[in-house]
Amino acid sequence: MTTTRALGSTTGVEITFILIGLLTFGAAVLTVTVRNLVHAALWLVVALGGLAGCYLLLAAEFVAWVQVLIYVGAVAVLLLFGLMLTRAPIGRTTELDSGNRWAAAVVGLATAGVLVSVIGDAVRTTWFDPRQAVVNGTAKAVGTSLFRYWVLPFELLSVLLLAALVGAIVLSRRDVSDDVDAAEGTPRAQATEAEA
Amino acid sequence: MNPDNYLFLSALLFTIGAFGVLIRRNAIVVFMCVELMLNAVNLTLVTFSRMHGDLTGQVIAFFTMVVAAAEVVVGLAIIVSVFRTRRSASVDDANLLKY
Repeated sequence: MTTTRALGSTTGVEITFILIGLLTFGAAVLTVTVRNLVHAALWLVVALGGLAGCYLLLAAEFVAWVQVLIYVGAVAVLLLFGLMLTRAPIGRTTELDSGNRWAAAVVGLATAGVLVSVIGDAVRTTWFDPRQAVVNGTAKAVGTSLFRYWVLPFELLSVLLLAALVGAIVLSRRDVSDDVDAAEGTPRAQATEAEA
Repeated sequence: MNPDNYLFLSALLFTIGAFGVLIRRNAIVVFMCVELMLNAVNLTLVTFSRMHGDLTGQVIAFFTMVVAAAEVVVGLAIIVSVFRTRRSASVDDANLLKY
């Protein structure tokens, strides 16, 4: 964990991390500042893809591909569909930000200060060698760990996903029972009137 | 290879996400910022997994992703149904609990 390596020497992994980190950071900043809703969603896709790159650099291969599949694939498409379904203004809008920009900036700077100082204080002296104690998060290794130690949470999560699926269907469909009642009720009422 | 760079990146992403939740007015963009915060936490988990040579952090990051996917599905359905009744996706207009 703590080896005596020169701080000045950079490896290819570090250079790649700096590039990907800058890309992710810039894309995240653009996501919250850009004035076009669809562009914000697309910059979010770039940021999530950059995070997948970070996972690859951290030898978490399985998590990286799951990130690409779930976030870059599914969640981005869902968010874009949501923007279209709610008739979001396509193009630049000034209505996008609320008025509490300064309060938000103060809260954000305070959060950043606290987090960065705490992390800097905690891991300032930690150094780990890239070739020492690497766990390769391949699909095989993660799957073994998942089904050996985490079976119960895994099964619970599948039930949660099913519940979320059913909940989304129930929430997003129109009220069918009213239509059925209205459609069935009218001829029956007419029939009883005719009998009378 | 220093782990704190990854942790700093994740702290900054979390802060950007929190800032976006506070300033954005469209509910779906607020949602995107929440996703950014969740991903920042995932990066922290994977970094700790790498630091300690243990796969548990990656497994928990995987679980977080699944829960976040469920949250996106239900949340978007709620936003769309709010839009259907109020004709607006702005978080300022969803004020039914005030009355």
